[in-house]
Amino acid sequence: MTDQPSDSDDKLRNDDEQLRDNDGQRFGRLPATEGDREVAGRPSREAVLDFWTDRFGVPADTFADYTFWERGSGKIWAFRGELPSPVEIEALGMTFLRTRQEHWKPTLSAIQRFGDAASDNVIDLTREQAQTFLAGEDQELAWDGDWGYLIVTHELAGEREPLGVGLYVYDELRSQVPKGRRRDLRD
Amino acid sequence: MEVLERYESIVDDFEAFLAACERSLPSVVRVNTIKTSVDRATEALAAEGITAEPIDWHDGLLALPDGNPGSNWPYVQGWLHGQEEVSALPPLVLDPQPGERVWDAAAAPGSKTTQLAALMDDDGMVVATDNNLGRLSALRSNAERLGVTNLAVTNEDARNHSLKPFDGREYDRALVDVPCSCEGTIRKNPDALAEWTFEHVQGIAGVQKGILRRAIEATREGGTVVYSTCTFAPEENEAILDDAVEETDARLVDVDLPLDSRPGITEWEGDTFDPSVRKARRIYPHFNDTGGFFVAKLEVTA
Ligand SMILES: C[S@@+](CC[C@H](N)C(=O)[O-])C[C@H]1O[C@@H](n2cnc3c(N)ncnc32)[C@H](O)[C@@H]1O
Repeated sequence: MTDQPSDSDDKLRNDDEQLRDNDGQRFGRLPATEGDREVAGRPSREAVLDFWTDRFGVPADTFADYTFWERGSGKIWAFRGELPSPVEIEALGMTFLRTRQEHWKPTLSAIQRFGDAASDNVIDLTREQAQTFLAGEDQELAWDGDWGYLIVTHELAGEREPLGVGLYVYDELRSQVPKGRRRDLRD
Repeated sequence: MEVLERYESIVDDFEAFLAACERSLPSVVRVNTIKTSVDRATEALAAEGITAEPIDWHDGLLALPDGNPGSNWPYVQGWLHGQEEVSALPPLVLDPQPGERVWDAAAAPGSKTTQLAALMDDDGMVVATDNNLGRLSALRSNAERLGVTNLAVTNEDARNHSLKPFDGREYDRALVDVPCSCEGTIRKNPDALAEWTFEHVQGIAGVQKGILRRAIEATREGGTVVYSTCTFAPEENEAILDDAVEETDARLVDVDLPLDSRPGITEWEGDTFDPSVRKARRIYPHFNDTGGFFVAKLEVTA
């Protein structure tokens, strides 16, 4: 069980805190492949695309118009466009993926924007379960698939809508909704 | 309200104007077409029993008479953004196209930034600048929730905006939605005039001139710049345009608005402005039952 993802530290560092986090104002573009790597430890574009395909079945061409950038260690952003690297600005595109831990974790923003294209490790919640998840609470749920990060969806206006990221371990779904995005919509 | 007395000579039906300024405005949301359609957003609101009334001049705006636009599923999914009706005008006037480079010079908290991105189908680039870091963090969380990905954010004084991070290339369009005395927001914020002073108006006019000049400079020949405020004060409106027409390579062009509006004025308290400032539009609260607003469109000529 040692390689199971742990949600403890990421839970403390919710997305709002990440937005304020200023360790390094500089965005460096991800190298195309491992072989092109100049900054130690920086993941490659290829590895990022493989992650979305292997874990969630999101086809690589979903991100054809995107460039990926790192600011601070393991915080990956997705920008729809091109800029010369490095770039020193406040923000570039959207927060996208955390790669510091062994198990990579997509952001809620990325799931809501790109989760539509996923086919694997997607868990559909009922309205009541989605409310519990959105409130930031853990819940016991049955799931046949792998443990780890799942894309959580629910039905809205007649279609399946990606809502966020959950961590499935020990028969429970642990909500990963960052504090600033939690809501209690239970009546 | 005394502050508004200074406009008696320029506003038709002044009593109705004052009366409208006393009435509060309903919550309005803009549907975020980056993530959904107007139909699905309307359906999702209805499913939660939330009354949503379409705003007749723009199919992406819905009035929520019962308020609380932030506590429902479509909001959580980033399908909706709370935005005052008139505040949706400047991006429509700017009319950015997918693939273009656009600068939003005074952008926080990003209502218009995210609307610009949606009008561009999130394709091309929007650079959003503000000098206030706290307000930029509100812009950032709005952009994340709404799923905007073609955005670059800079924290600087817009008067000294640097193109260096962006390859030095000029913009196709720029939106200059400047800080102002906010008189026109009185219906949303009854305290808007509490701190009004003439010195503040004069001080902020200098900032407005500087930001507009920089925006014109940073936009390519043939490009478009839109200037907007939520104030009635000519010192912050026509006077700023007059300065730009005199001092920079830009000319005013006609604006076609879906709301009832009045032309810019050419005389105010002994000053006269370039006749072309008549092409700007003044929006008064009593004509369309909205907030007050001012918007002008310029074409960059060199
Ligand atoms: C009217 S508000 C902008 C509203 C915004 N466009 C929106 O639609 O959400 C004006 C903004 O200008 C910013 N500001 C004031 N002086 C500035 C300067 N010199 N450079 C850049 N931004 C400035 C303020 O912090 C404020 O956020």
